[in-house]
Amino acid sequence: MSFAKLTASTLAIAAMTTGVAVARDQVQVAGSSTVLPYASIVAEAFGENFDFPTPVVESGGSSAGLKRFCEGVGENTIDIANASRAIREKEIAACAEAGVTDIIEVRIGYDGIVFASQLNGPEFTAFTESDIFNALAPKVMVDGELVDNPHTKWSDFNADLPDAEILAFIPGTKHGTREVFEEKVIAAGCEATGAMEAMIAGGMSEDDAEDACLMVRTDGMSVDIDGDYTETLARIDANTNAIGVFGLAFYENNTDKLKVATMSGVEPTTETIAAGDYPVSRPLYFYIKKAHIGVIPGLKEYAEFFVADEIAGPDGPLSNYGLVADPELAATQAMIANEETMN
Amino acid sequence: MTDATNTGSLYDVDARTKKRNAAEKRFRIYGMIAIGLGLVFLVALLSTIVVRGIPAFQQTKLTLPIALPEETLDKSGVRDIEVMKKVSTFGYNPLIEQALADALDANGIENPFEDAKGLKPILSSSAAAVVRDEVLANPELVGTTHTFEILAASRVDGYLKGRVTRESVARDNNIDAAHFDVVDALRDAGIIAKGFNFDFITGADASESRPEQAGIGVSMLGSLFMMFVVLGLSLPIGVAASIYLEEFATQNRFTDIIEVNISNLAAVPSIVFGILGLAVFIQFMHLPQSAPLVGGLVLTLMTLPTIIISTRASLKAVPPSIREAALGIGASKMQTVFHHVLPLAMPGILTGTIIGLAQALGETAPLLLIGMVGYIASNYPDGVASGFLDPNSAMPAQIYEWAKRADPAYYERAWGGIIILLVFLMTMNILAVILRRRFERRW
Repeated sequence: MSFAKLTASTLAIAAMTTGVAVARDQVQVAGSSTVLPYASIVAEAFGENFDFPTPVVESGGSSAGLKRFCEGVGENTIDIANASRAIREKEIAACAEAGVTDIIEVRIGYDGIVFASQLNGPEFTAFTESDIFNALAPKVMVDGELVDNPHTKWSDFNADLPDAEILAFIPGTKHGTREVFEEKVIAAGCEATGAMEAMIAGGMSEDDAEDACLMVRTDGMSVDIDGDYTETLARIDANTNAIGVFGLAFYENNTDKLKVATMSGVEPTTETIAAGDYPVSRPLYFYIKKAHIGVIPGLKEYAEFFVADEIAGPDGPLSNYGLVADPELAATQAMIANEETMN
Repeated sequence: MTDATNTGSLYDVDARTKKRNAAEKRFRIYGMIAIGLGLVFLVALLSTIVVRGIPAFQQTKLTLPIALPEETLDKSGVRDIEVMKKVSTFGYNPLIEQALADALDANGIENPFEDAKGLKPILSSSAAAVVRDEVLANPELVGTTHTFEILAASRVDGYLKGRVTRESVARDNNIDAAHFDVVDALRDAGIIAKGFNFDFITGADASESRPEQAGIGVSMLGSLFMMFVVLGLSLPIGVAASIYLEEFATQNRFTDIIEVNISNLAAVPSIVFGILGLAVFIQFMHLPQSAPLVGGLVLTLMTLPTIIISTRASLKAVPPSIREAALGIGASKMQTVFHHVLPLAMPGILTGTIIGLAQALGETAPLLLIGMVGYIASNYPDGVASGFLDPNSAMPAQIYEWAKRADPAYYERAWGGIIILLVFLMTMNILAVILRRRFERRW
């Protein structure tokens, strides 16, 4: 019967292809979606300049990437995890348990986080951390008292800001960006307005007050966006009065639709971030399995290429795309050359 | 007739008839409005797709003579390929920028920038790789001037297509209106021109910084390998299951439960199959993530119920007299099925299979979970095994990926990708219609 034959040969082919053990000849990378554009730019240039095949880069988030990274050592595990935050103690322990002990940590540069709004919307051009805290925290200081946030318009607490309804689109909790937003903006505003002192004075322990300072109001004026920056952009497009949180690189690619606000008087540019003047930035990393160096062809070369001056330096393609070059790049290059692991 | 007292003519329309006729007229109008609305939506949808997607099939290119000096490209002087490889694409960039500056001079166009480097935003960063590959493939080009066709940057491309304007780049750090003055002059000189974009159909995906280079070719191959898996598994399994259920199985409570569940499975949201695939194929069986094989297996699960249901319907449509005649002259049950029933049911089975495949081809949700989204499909598979097992994307996943990217030029690519996907789907559906028209027999 032709059908029996077809079935048998299909099953045979399926069995054969699954049974083939693939000797991997390309570097495999997974992790943060913030690092993905940079990693893909490097992978592309790497494939063009070396005889090794183009590395395979996947996204999925910092935590998911590090989890896959820590699954173990061997050809069927990834070689590099990209992360928009430093690896956590818990993850290092999980890695060690699976036999991934020697990890090389590479800092590739810094990423700025900016507040932007519709180009033709209200004049959201200058914020301070206190403004954002006053607009978005659940409890704020009004006339020296800690009260539930009564503000519905920006002009309610700062006459210099537009008379517009508060509406902010901020990254959801699964994003690494959220952590930076909470710590560098909300918590800073919490301290600056004196809300933190008031909480401690009100009987909270210091740790509890610090945690309470990271909270964001939940009455609909602050909206979590779990998707990408494109989704935030679409929401901003539809809401004249809204402000959104973006990465610097994303903003620089969409200057025809968005205008950016300064933070405490500093405009976000690669220069101000590199100088440390712009307060809301974070380092970006990738992590290499030392055990895979020498086994997976091109792994060390890829890592060295990533942090080479012509790629990650101030005039390189990464910096053109929006990455803020790391002033200590030379130290990082030496670290990879010597294969120094984390201790 | 209760209306015996009615003495009027039958041709006079009474009030009740009028009411009934009016109701019918109204209903016809509702129907026409419904169809009209549907058509309006369809036209709006298709015209949006075409208007936004067509620009992706055009690409701006520069035709530039580029001088390839020996002292920068071949330090050995003897065309030693290993020495020449040491010059990276970053070494080629200044040559290309200089070539563009020279072309401006040759055509009497003023360079508004201090030096050749100021012209960089006009060129795609892929240009250096094009030149380098060509030089490494033909070392004898070193020392000569060779004419290359290189891509223009995405913003220049957008300017010639009307997507980017001088106003919209006023606040852009990457490019100035002065660059567009140069581009206008270059276009008049015939150095820069738009042409059909074959690379979009055959090319690989590119990184975020060069949307002008991105193509859908690699993910098309990914979809193709997935469809092989779907066809190879779901057709034999689906047909065997339906033949057994329809022709051999006895009707009892057990087969009833199976039948109900197959119908239920057809209605299960596709994302559920994605989660199942993640749990079973990747986490339990350790098949490679992002591989078309896994994608195909997941889509097989999704397509099976569709194929089983359509196969059973077409088996049922074969009249019992055919079976009885075959049995009557002494054929065994299996001979009856395979010699007589199945060939007659084949057009229906194939139609169902093609529709199921078309559905699987356009499916994105299950692929989200098995890592085929968020992956940069930049490598062509180098063989059949690698086609099934190496990470790849699929067409709908590639479109989703492009729509997410920061550079607005990728948005245009996403619409272009939709056109290609729609062409595939339409071809498959037309094929199904033709098969049905051609071979289907009515009883």
